[in-house]
Amino acid sequence: MVNFLDSIWLIPLFPLFGAAVMLLFGKKFDPQPKSEVAVAPGVTYVEDDHGHSHGHSHSHDHGHDHSHDHGHDHAHTHDSAHEHDEAHGAHGHGHSALRSLVSLLCPGMVLLSFIFSVGAVLQLAAKSERVHEVIQFTWLAGLPFHMADGRMATFGADWGFLLDPLSSVMILVVTGVGFLIHVYAVGYMGHEAGFYRFFGYLNLFVFFMLMLVLANNYALLFVGWEGVGLCSYLLIGFYFHKKSAGDAGKKAFIVNRIGDAGFILGILLMLAVTGSVRFLDVNAALQSPAFHAETEAFGILSLMALLLFIGATGKSAQFPLYVWLPDAMEGPTPVSALIHAATMVTAGVYMVARSNALFQLTPSTSHIVAVVGAFTAIFAASIGLVQNDIKRVLAYSTVSQLGYMFLALGVGAYWVAVFHLFTHAFFKALLFLCSGSVIHAMSGEQDMRYMGALKDKIPVTHWTMFIGSVAIAGIPGLAGFFSKDEILWQTWSSPLGSHALYAVGLATAGMTAFYMWRLMNMTFYGKSRVSAEAAKHIHESPATMTIPLSVLALGSVLGGWIGVPKLWSAFGDGFRLFETWLEPVFTSHSAAEAVHAAGEAHHDTGTEWLLMGVSVTIAIIGISIARYMYHTRPELSDSMEASMKPLHTVLLNKWYVDEVYDFLFVNGLSKGGGLLMGAFDRGVVDGAVNGAGWVTRLSSSASIWWDTWIVDGAVRFSAFLVKALSYPVRLIQTGQVQSYALYVVVGVALFFGYFMAGK
Amino acid sequence: MDQHLLSIILFTPLAGLAVLLFIPGSSKNVIRIWANVVAFAGFLVSLPLATRFDKGASGFQFVERAEWIPSLGVQYLIGVDGISMLLIMLTTVFGFIAALSSWNAVEERVKEYYAMFMLLQTGMIGVFLALDFFLFYVFWELVLVPMYFIIGVWGGPRKLYAAIKFFLYTLAGSVLMLLGILALYFQYHAQFGAYTFEIANLMKVVLEPGMERWVFWAFFVGFAIKVPMFPFHTWLPDAHVEAPTAGSVILAAVLLKMGTYGFLRFSLPLLPRASNDVEIVRILAILSIVGIIYGALVCLMQKDWKKLIAYSSVSHLGFCTLGIFALNPNGIAGSVLQQINHGISTGMLFLVIGVMYERRHTREISEYGGIAHVMPKYAIVFAIAMLSSAGLPLLNGFVGEFTILQGAFEANRVWAAFAVSGVILGAAYLLWLYQRVMLGQVTNGKNLRLPDLSAREMAVFLPLIAWALWIGVYPKPYFDILEKPVQQLVERVKPGYYQGQAALKAGVR
Repeated sequence: MVNFLDSIWLIPLFPLFGAAVMLLFGKKFDPQPKSEVAVAPGVTYVEDDHGHSHGHSHSHDHGHDHSHDHGHDHAHTHDSAHEHDEAHGAHGHGHSALRSLVSLLCPGMVLLSFIFSVGAVLQLAAKSERVHEVIQFTWLAGLPFHMADGRMATFGADWGFLLDPLSSVMILVVTGVGFLIHVYAVGYMGHEAGFYRFFGYLNLFVFFMLMLVLANNYALLFVGWEGVGLCSYLLIGFYFHKKSAGDAGKKAFIVNRIGDAGFILGILLMLAVTGSVRFLDVNAALQSPAFHAETEAFGILSLMALLLFIGATGKSAQFPLYVWLPDAMEGPTPVSALIHAATMVTAGVYMVARSNALFQLTPSTSHIVAVVGAFTAIFAASIGLVQNDIKRVLAYSTVSQLGYMFLALGVGAYWVAVFHLFTHAFFKALLFLCSGSVIHAMSGEQDMRYMGALKDKIPVTHWTMFIGSVAIAGIPGLAGFFSKDEILWQTWSSPLGSHALYAVGLATAGMTAFYMWRLMNMTFYGKSRVSAEAAKHIHESPATMTIPLSVLALGSVLGGWIGVPKLWSAFGDGFRLFETWLEPVFTSHSAAEAVHAAGEAHHDTGTEWLLMGVSVTIAIIGISIARYMYHTRPELSDSMEASMKPLHTVLLNKWYVDEVYDFLFVNGLSKGGGLLMGAFDRGVVDGAVNGAGWVTRLSSSASIWWDTWIVDGAVRFSAFLVKALSYPVRLIQTGQVQSYALYVVVGVALFFGYFMAGK
Repeated sequence: MDQHLLSIILFTPLAGLAVLLFIPGSSKNVIRIWANVVAFAGFLVSLPLATRFDKGASGFQFVERAEWIPSLGVQYLIGVDGISMLLIMLTTVFGFIAALSSWNAVEERVKEYYAMFMLLQTGMIGVFLALDFFLFYVFWELVLVPMYFIIGVWGGPRKLYAAIKFFLYTLAGSVLMLLGILALYFQYHAQFGAYTFEIANLMKVVLEPGMERWVFWAFFVGFAIKVPMFPFHTWLPDAHVEAPTAGSVILAAVLLKMGTYGFLRFSLPLLPRASNDVEIVRILAILSIVGIIYGALVCLMQKDWKKLIAYSSVSHLGFCTLGIFALNPNGIAGSVLQQINHGISTGMLFLVIGVMYERRHTREISEYGGIAHVMPKYAIVFAIAMLSSAGLPLLNGFVGEFTILQGAFEANRVWAAFAVSGVILGAAYLLWLYQRVMLGQVTNGKNLRLPDLSAREMAVFLPLIAWALWIGVYPKPYFDILEKPVQQLVERVKPGYYQGQAALKAGVR
């Protein structure tokens, strides 16, 4: 029997191996590397003036590099339609044996991780104390420092892994759903250029994501945190010949970095206060009597929690840092499903849940979390109501559902947040993959206004997406119902929740049902608005795509049955497995009791039944309105758009948040600031230097003047004086020996006369 | 060998230079091969320094001492501690990288070119080795001359302007520094009745506080110009833009570190009270933070690729000086590590530019776009260099930045809060640069047939990438090496910092 528990460090390494093979040697597996050169229209090769003058080996390489000819002959652009043509296999490039190796290796590595994860979780479940830590070596080995209270501690972090009930859930989701999406991607990306590169990045992503959820300390978690951000950047920009893809990738990375800045400060504050970044140490410190719940004021712990939450708002796309996620849909659809729905974007939820010992002590920050979550939920849902791009609807839906998770975290219902994370991973991955299947069938079309009546043409996609939509809408019996209803109930009943937050959550539930059924109706039902060209190619996706869809659909049906409401106690404890499994991670500790002392969520059975009824009713109303507006009387939606033009425009333009950000930060701060400072460099600093130079030159001119006229003048004046005074002398210095002789005679005569006279 | 190890390291390039003089200037390839051999030998002889260095020992190691000008108290006194050991390794590695990267870059005056680099190499190693202030000053000034010629002779269109600006700026700084040195020198004589430039002796001088502050500012100007700290940075973009690739690489990787090294070796130990003066520290921290943010913002509007990286140095070096003036172990250790990191990542970025410049002879960002399609290997190397510079975890930059931020946070939380914005902006300007150069479609016909990296060019990058990964994944050896010298520095500036560590360690990991 393998000791899976001690092998948890291997779990991330399998996909890392896959990534390394792909990225280092992958090019050899790819039979069509040359199709990667994307050239702007009308651009042809121009000899560079300098090309040959420096003995460079241009000419030697020409024969080998296929891209050159390509540039000449096929100066075409890749748009997504073109790529999907390729994906149909119309080009006749068959799977090479090497290509199948890629298709086996990369999903295989994730499957291996999944197997090891299941093994480890089962062995963890058998242990009495469900915490297992594996430390491999010291990673950050910093030096001593003074903590906030003056004690000494050492700055450092291990390369260590922690398996507990929370990370168990996460690794199962990441490797399980991740594996299904890898399989799907084999079909979806099958004929894309850069197949190996795609799988290399995808495996690299799984590595970092597993580092994130398995790390035993915040610093190593941050490694995964940044790493998934990098992979997200690379995968969003996978079609990097498209400017929009490059822009979206960059935006995702930078917006995330804003959150990361908060996260870093949060970690540093944690070091200063608790002296460690290791989860178990931090929790132990926070649960010690030295710390009290900050019920009265916004203290240092509240600040710490807030900084961590800022990090979470970046990664998990919460207001105001959600703006990158909708744009991230530029990436290939499997990426949207894996990274931007099921796993990476939930990292913030995971991190806050992981820090529950801290958040339990900080009711004011928790309240901020709840409010931001609720606001994001309804805000994003409102935008989702009117979007026409099928993936964008799902993107805003994801932002909205993540808002639900934060609402749950904010009201202290940590296990419920993780539960919703779990069910959401199934149905949102399913929805995205279905949308991918639709797009695949539609030869790359993503605008729902050009879809309709696809139900019978792609039946598997339709039925699985139907299940996903029922699940997210909150119809009893499917996964989304259980987790969402529990969030709503906790928001209503928790001492940290409120009826106002509940109302927002409820409204969001109705909107969710509406936009999902709007999507279903526009895509699958009613009259076909498909273009003639696209209609010719509509076809159901291959089995590598439909099988993952079916498995995820199954998960979306059954996934919720491990967390049924307390009301349904008739089902027995097994149906409440999720809560009991996570209980050890989220036990409230003594100091946090104070917060809950105000009132343990007293179970009012009647109210809970009533609320459950209300939320189901709301969901059904949402579905019905959508069906009425987009199916029964499709003309109604247009007239409503017209009658509420301003609101519709605002929603369609996503409340103009992107425009405001562009104005404030991109143009205002960065460019303006940069320009200003460039001017400062040239004007002030160089000005000062040049000024000093000028002063030097001026003074040197002055000294030259001084030298010329005063110093030299003095010299010359004395010379002149000497000259002038010597003039008479010169008059008589004629150089004639005779005259000298005469002078001598005269002189001698004068002397003689003088002496004679004196005598 | 151990007792003369440092001299061997110091004079290997000079010995190479002596032989070079006898190679006729027309046999360019012989000169190139010889220069690479010498540079590689320079690296090889420095390896024992790393392997035989005793991490546990405090004080200087491999010390060599000889009288030079006894009447003035000048000695040939060299030795290393952990800080200078790391910087010397950085120098010898980059000596080789610079030589290797120059193979195709220089066609004119090849002999003189390599001669200048050999002279420069000895000068830089000397700066990091010298334990006698006079000797230090000699090497400090010696570095100036070859660099002046490298920029001025093999540089770009405005090379003369840049070279003279570089020369005058640094010379102005050096002159003030010399005044500071002389002040200490004569004070020592006044207090102890002897003349000496030995640092260990000069540390005994007690200056009256006002005087100490003056000497501090004199040193500061000298070192801050070299770093360069805001607002003394404007020579840097010009020098970088005009310098040939190898010149830029050495300038960024090693030369700038002479300034930060100066703070660590001279300002802090010789003038501990001024260095710990609340007002002075506040000014320096603010200048560092301004440098971090300012440099990054200016990067955002650069149209010239090389100028962008030059300004990014201002930002990164801001982190280094911030770490120093956090005046605590993690700040200083992080700073030294970040100096190495900046050498690796910015060195790589300048090499990346050099590769493209050799092919296209322009640094205008707008001339490029979509290069990743044409040069896929180059795209990966550039991406790694960029991410290392942007401080992505598991690459080197993160470890340094994070450690510095911890030190800064400990010293003053507001500093850290401002400095952390450099992390955001760093990602912004680098990703934007990468996008404009590498991603998108090929929009310029001249770029369609660019050859990808050659084996020689890969050989230039691979050691640096490996180094970046090593520091990112396993930085412990570096912290071990830095532990002792940093402890000495902190104890010197903040006596008693480490006290009570043992007693209070309980309850902490």
